[in-house]
Amino acid sequence: MGDATQGTSTTSESSGLDSTGLDSTALDSSGLDSSGRIAAVAEVARRLLPDAGVITDRARLRTYECDGLAHYRVTPALVVIPQDAEQLAALVRACAEQAVPFVARGSGTGLSGGALPHAEGVLVVTSQMRAIREVRRDDQRAVVEPGVINLDVTKAATPVGYYYAPDPSSQQICSIGGNVAENSGGAHCLKYGFTTNHVLGADFVTPDGDTVSLGGAAPDSPGYDLLGAVVGSEGTLGIVTSATVRLVRLPEEVRTILVGFSSTDQAGAATSAIIAAGIVPAAIEMMDALAIEAAEAAVHCNYPDGAGAVLVIELDGAAIEVEQEYAEVRRLCDDHGAFEQRLATDPAERALIWKGRKSAFAAVGRISPDYIVQDGVIPRTALPEVLTAIAELSGSSGVRVANVFHAGDGNLHPLVLFDDEIDGAGEAAERVSGAILDLCIEHGGSITGEHGVGMDKSKYMPRMYTDEDLDTMQLVRCAFDPQNISNPGKVFPTPRLCGEVPGRHKGAHPLQEAGLAEVF
Amino acid sequence: MTTDTLDTAAREALSSACAQVDDPQEHDAVDGVRPGLVVRPSDTDQVAEVMRASAAHGLTVVPRGRGTKLSWGTAPTSADVLLDLSALDRVLDHAAGDLIVATQAGALLADVQRTVGEGGQRLALDETVPGSTIGGVLGANTSGPRRTATGTARDLLIGITMVRADGVVAKAGGRVVKNVAGYDIGKLLIGSGGTLAVITDATFRLHPLPADHRWVAVPVDSPARALEVAQSVVHSQVVPAAVEVDWAGGSGSVSVLVEGRADGVAGRAAAVRALLGPDATESTAEPADGAAYPWDVTATGDGRSTALKLTCVLSGLAAVLAAADDTGVTVRGSAGSGVLYAALAPDTPLDEVRTALDRLRRACSDHGGTAVVVDSPVAVKAAVDVWGPIPALDLMRRVKDQFDPDHRLSPGRFVGGI
Repeated sequence: MGDATQGTSTTSESSGLDSTGLDSTALDSSGLDSSGRIAAVAEVARRLLPDAGVITDRARLRTYECDGLAHYRVTPALVVIPQDAEQLAALVRACAEQAVPFVARGSGTGLSGGALPHAEGVLVVTSQMRAIREVRRDDQRAVVEPGVINLDVTKAATPVGYYYAPDPSSQQICSIGGNVAENSGGAHCLKYGFTTNHVLGADFVTPDGDTVSLGGAAPDSPGYDLLGAVVGSEGTLGIVTSATVRLVRLPEEVRTILVGFSSTDQAGAATSAIIAAGIVPAAIEMMDALAIEAAEAAVHCNYPDGAGAVLVIELDGAAIEVEQEYAEVRRLCDDHGAFEQRLATDPAERALIWKGRKSAFAAVGRISPDYIVQDGVIPRTALPEVLTAIAELSGSSGVRVANVFHAGDGNLHPLVLFDDEIDGAGEAAERVSGAILDLCIEHGGSITGEHGVGMDKSKYMPRMYTDEDLDTMQLVRCAFDPQNISNPGKVFPTPRLCGEVPGRHKGAHPLQEAGLAEVF
Repeated sequence: MTTDTLDTAAREALSSACAQVDDPQEHDAVDGVRPGLVVRPSDTDQVAEVMRASAAHGLTVVPRGRGTKLSWGTAPTSADVLLDLSALDRVLDHAAGDLIVATQAGALLADVQRTVGEGGQRLALDETVPGSTIGGVLGANTSGPRRTATGTARDLLIGITMVRADGVVAKAGGRVVKNVAGYDIGKLLIGSGGTLAVITDATFRLHPLPADHRWVAVPVDSPARALEVAQSVVHSQVVPAAVEVDWAGGSGSVSVLVEGRADGVAGRAAAVRALLGPDATESTAEPADGAAYPWDVTATGDGRSTALKLTCVLSGLAAVLAAADDTGVTVRGSAGSGVLYAALAPDTPLDEVRTALDRLRRACSDHGGTAVVVDSPVAVKAAVDVWGPIPALDLMRRVKDQFDPDHRLSPGRFVGGI
């Protein structure tokens, strides 16, 4: 990767440095020669890639017009499908030279429009970079390419007794590259953490087209934790071309329990009691009556009749420990009004319990023609209060809301139901959905726990962060991507002009030079 | 620069920014570099005032908690202002039901543990240097035995307040464990040695305090045997909280920690004993009396050992221990994480230090890791490559240039002269 990556960084840096009209080149990609610049990138792509890897035909470009959030659609100017990291780096370098925006896309399952294409930009699809390069049991590591499907990492590790812990609901189709970009979570992150806790190293292509190695197979690489900034940056800092991930030992014992309560208040109280008892289950998921109704209609998961809420609780670990935790969890659920507790006795039963939960988003389609999947976070103890407020919002607006959430960590996924055929229904649903985010912010939470900000929520960022907070994040952006070409327009409502282009202070101690007092 | 060159206008600006401004004492020197003034702000606003005044007068600033690790890394090239954060010592909020704690950066880790411990919880960060503050633990990214199960600061920090070099106060993250809104700047600040921004408060996720714990230890007489034992434990079903190795002169011990519910711990400790064989012993006491490092953390000046941090993939343990035998260093650390610490006596001749570092660095790098000089006598730091190769150094410089364009924050303390 060495020689392929060196040449152009100075070019792109200096093009930023020299440009007095930096704002127009960096921010406005609709300049006169936009199509010419795209053509130049396409030509590089044709030289590098087989025919199938370069898409310019309008009809075929349209198949990439959205990700998992289908109500935003933009047709990209060019789609490229590199087969390896060197090709990908060369394509990014071509984009940098032409100041053409690029957007990386894995499987396109994201729910915040993070992989929404740029109309005058290049969509870089990583689906052909699908090798699991290494599974190293002795080191508890795997090395995978970005297009590898999340569940395939676990499948590759299972024969040696290991698995890959982050498990977003879409794990059968979503890619590791997308997971890294979004810092994906999943039902089990209560105990095991998110993608950021499981990615130890990466080969990374900067927006200049340079390839650098971040982190490594061993922990605590010296220097700044750039990988920590890259994971979850939603493709705005560059593209990961290989990830070294942690493998986790398959637990000796797993117990999955389905518990029926008559209300979400009871289920919430039981959750609090479990946490207060010092138990950290692998997962605690909650669904309310409307979400249960949808799941039943879709997958016949046979959840308890008449439940106002169910909890799916999973305990895992050393058998002797799980045995005791299980007894205590049962007791705590009984104490808080559980009317039915069902322990999965075999893998098929466990799978059915999880099927109800994991299919909940899609299942809502059975009870409503249209719906919005919201993703907000509150401190877990605020759950009863926030659920009451959501019910009031729903009552006063007439918009139905089904609640599915990771109860253990306060990550809510309200499903806001509407019928787009009815005038104004979509707008009413949007208002309720936005009001739910306001509730999250009021309670000290977050506008997104795992789906990302993307295109969808950048307008909410100023509600959660001050101008100073956002400006500080932009410092990171400017360090990585001074031309603002890596997935521009996502995450942040207004990009900063990276006027202070890096590299000016190369000397180690400029402060010992004279005249410092005048700098500001 | 020292006090003599800190002009009157700068002194006055700092004095009006912060109530407590003092001339430096002997113990305020930062690895031999005498600061111009010691300022001790009482809250984030005063820190911001100090940073703005320092910016206006072009002063270099070195943040300090209690100074327990201030000589780590390379010495700063200048310290006009020693920014003492020890007055920001409050544990702000322990929300037990949400398993989080918010604390000021100058609070002692021990005080945070006491507060959350009353609620049956803990911040899963070992105190590797007694007397450390939260800001110091974050800035130096210290970790101890329990990292094998619960990770390090990067896995626990969920929110941060910082004051930038230009005096702007900014936050990142928040008060909830799950949050992917915006860049995770907290991770950039962890281990940054005070070179990017001044941390003034931090919020962490907590874990329940285990009801019981047990250490099971076994002597090992070769690097291969140490690796064999460590591997048998990490691939077992005992869910170890820590797997530690202690090594000197060709032999040592491997100690395994299990933590959890009382009955579970007893059963799991028995399982560990079965893995480790008839020589295994069980105890509730930490190995090495709880010392995380094989050097004296209170030593100063030329009395310091040459202290090394060695990392490798788990299977590299035997190779690193063999290299340790070749070079005469003592080793202690987390065999379960691939993070080891080594020490060379303070009076080791420079040639020997250099040879040892090269040999150890080669062993680590052959096994995916690195070797860094954590601390040492000044002469050693001057004679060796403290950090070793840094792959993404150019990108790191660009981050530094954005956050601190005039290089006034802890200049020279970090990789590549950052």
